[in-house]
Amino acid sequence: MTKEERLKKRYNSEKRFKFYGILSVSLAMIFVLVLIQNIVSKGSSAFSRTTIEVDIIYNANLLEIEGPITKEALNNAEFYDLSVESILKIFPSQNAKEERQVLRLFSPDFEYEVKRVLSKKPNKINDIVPIRLTASDDVDQLNKGNFPRDLPEDRRRVSNFQLNIYDNLVEQDKIGKKFNDYFFTKGDSRDPELAGIGGSLMGSFFTIVICLILSFPIAIMASIYLEEFAPKNKITDFIEININNLAAVPSIVYGLLGLGILLSVMEFPRSTPLVAGITLSLMTLPRIIIPCRASLKAVPPSIREAALSVGASKFQTVFHHVVPLAMPGTLSGTIIGLAQALGETAPLILIGMVAFVVDIPGTPVDPSASLPVQVFLWSEQAERGFVEKTSATIMMLLGFLIVMNFIAVYLRQKFEKKWN
Amino acid sequence: MELENKKIKIQAKNLNVYYGAKQALFNINLEINQKEVTALIGPSGCGKSTFIRCINRMNDVIDICKVDGSIEIDGSEINDKKVDVVMLREKIGMVFQKPNPFPKSIYDNIAYGPIIHGLAEEKNQMDNIVETSLKKAALWDEVKDRLDEPGTSLSGGQQQRLCIARALSVSPEVILMDEPCSALDPIATAKIEELIDELKKSYTIVIVTHSMAQAVRVSQKTGFFHMGKIIEVDSTDKIFKNPSNKMTQDYITGRFG
Ligand SMILES: Nc1ncnc2c1ncn2[C@@H]1O[C@H](COP(=O)(O)OP(=O)(O)OP(=O)(O)O)[C@@H](O)[C@H]1O
Ligand SMILES: [Mg+2]
Repeated sequence: MTKEERLKKRYNSEKRFKFYGILSVSLAMIFVLVLIQNIVSKGSSAFSRTTIEVDIIYNANLLEIEGPITKEALNNAEFYDLSVESILKIFPSQNAKEERQVLRLFSPDFEYEVKRVLSKKPNKINDIVPIRLTASDDVDQLNKGNFPRDLPEDRRRVSNFQLNIYDNLVEQDKIGKKFNDYFFTKGDSRDPELAGIGGSLMGSFFTIVICLILSFPIAIMASIYLEEFAPKNKITDFIEININNLAAVPSIVYGLLGLGILLSVMEFPRSTPLVAGITLSLMTLPRIIIPCRASLKAVPPSIREAALSVGASKFQTVFHHVVPLAMPGTLSGTIIGLAQALGETAPLILIGMVAFVVDIPGTPVDPSASLPVQVFLWSEQAERGFVEKTSATIMMLLGFLIVMNFIAVYLRQKFEKKWN
Repeated sequence: MELENKKIKIQAKNLNVYYGAKQALFNINLEINQKEVTALIGPSGCGKSTFIRCINRMNDVIDICKVDGSIEIDGSEINDKKVDVVMLREKIGMVFQKPNPFPKSIYDNIAYGPIIHGLAEEKNQMDNIVETSLKKAALWDEVKDRLDEPGTSLSGGQQQRLCIARALSVSPEVILMDEPCSALDPIATAKIEELIDELKKSYTIVIVTHSMAQAVRVSQKTGFFHMGKIIEVDSTDKIFKNPSNKMTQDYITGRFG
């Protein structure tokens, strides 16, 4: 082979390597984009909800109030009859069956929506108050264009009669859309239009906070001790190997541990963020210890020598110099560990966080769901409304993970000292 | 003759140092005089750094390192278990081969030692220590307007003088310097050498160097190390003009090493 040929071959292999590299990066990007596009296209509609404007006629006689109409009395009043009377006026119905169909255009919570508006200020008899009530899931999906209208009636969830009313309402401009605050503020529900991630958001929040409180100090202390103070011998080697092993243990095993010890033996309350947090912190501990030790190790020995040489004790050297310098790496490791914990589903299913919980947990010992488990729960539901909610929840979860990872990267880059 | 009158500050007797099974220093006997510069020369890996690190017990932090024998400072043994290394290192400052300022402000770099030893009670006392230390290290004029800037933002030579100032801040009696100029350009080196000359009036200095010229310029006494042994110690004049050992002769004339 001549020199030119060899040179050409070298250039060619470099070119080929570059091509493969670009190809694999592009493939990865395409997969990510397809995934995100899929989730966003399915989920973005969950952030709005369809409303039907109804003129509610205020009729105090229907409120079942005895005595004077005070604010307090209004708060305890029943608004069902009053709401139904006004709602039925949007379209003439022939019989009870049709009346039921009219009512079913609305979400079952309509009486509370009416009450929320009307009980705020005293009204006069026969005042007409237009209120935008939340439409039922079927109308919602119809309005979002997710229901094929041309199917035969018996294969449609919306009857011809209801379709007729809907078209009528559209003509009157009564159908509207608004930002779906329910999705963020409400707990789980059997009705998709009323289901929200408020409960699972709080559940995840409590879980992560407990996980942070438990795992961060323990992990930091363990890594500082192991890295800086522990004698290097067989026992510490053994511990080191096992920490690495623990980081590789499948998360479901930690779920079994939580189930077996926390729930069965210690009898902690089931389905609660407390148990979830403890279980996940067991899982997260080794995953934080490893990057913590790595960042302690990355502090150059020259800094330790500098501190020791001016007469700092070992303890002072570690806590005045080494630990602060290792902090960015430590924090970003912690955040990434917590991000993993946030997305963890399997162990939570084992400790009973799959329960159907309507109430939003106020404390870590209330039963609750969590975001990934909520995704799991909703993905099993048949209603079209839950499909978009599943995707929207995934979007929220991904959003949190991206934000956390971004913070981790930012911390690492911003505060990492440059060694010369 | 002058040598005889000098007071001995540091005395190493039968010093043996091992890294695990490997012996790095063999039976070192060396006397270092007070308020004088002692240079240690020798080929790479001969144990100069190992020796100098014995003097402030820096080798303690190396797990596998074992030190045997005696080093006395002002007549008292430092390898004794009763000796507190923190107190020892307050008395014996060290400057390293590569400048290693803390990634903190210039002020905090100097103030750290005095803080941990409780040398200043008030802010103006501390300001005073910082100023005098920087002045002694001939750095004050260059940095007095930017004491808040990170020490790492200085040039290499300035960083090394900052490290010297840091060593001076706790008022040591001895300063150990392990190739303090090896990372510096000739101008910065000249500045440091000038500084060493000034410092020897009040401090005992031990300097490791690979530059014969530097040893000649700054030191009064020179020790030649080879393969973990001291081959020859004498006044710098004698070592470089008329060494008694053939190996020393070969080394200083550049025939090996
Ligand atoms: N931490 C250590 N662990 C094991 N062996 C070491 C260690 N430090 C030094 N040694 C060994 O001890 C011997 C002396 O090393 P030392 O660093 O004292 O040499 P030196 O004279 O300072 O060399 P140089 O001029 O290159 O700095 C060398 O053989 C070296 O391999
Ligand atoms: Mg050396």
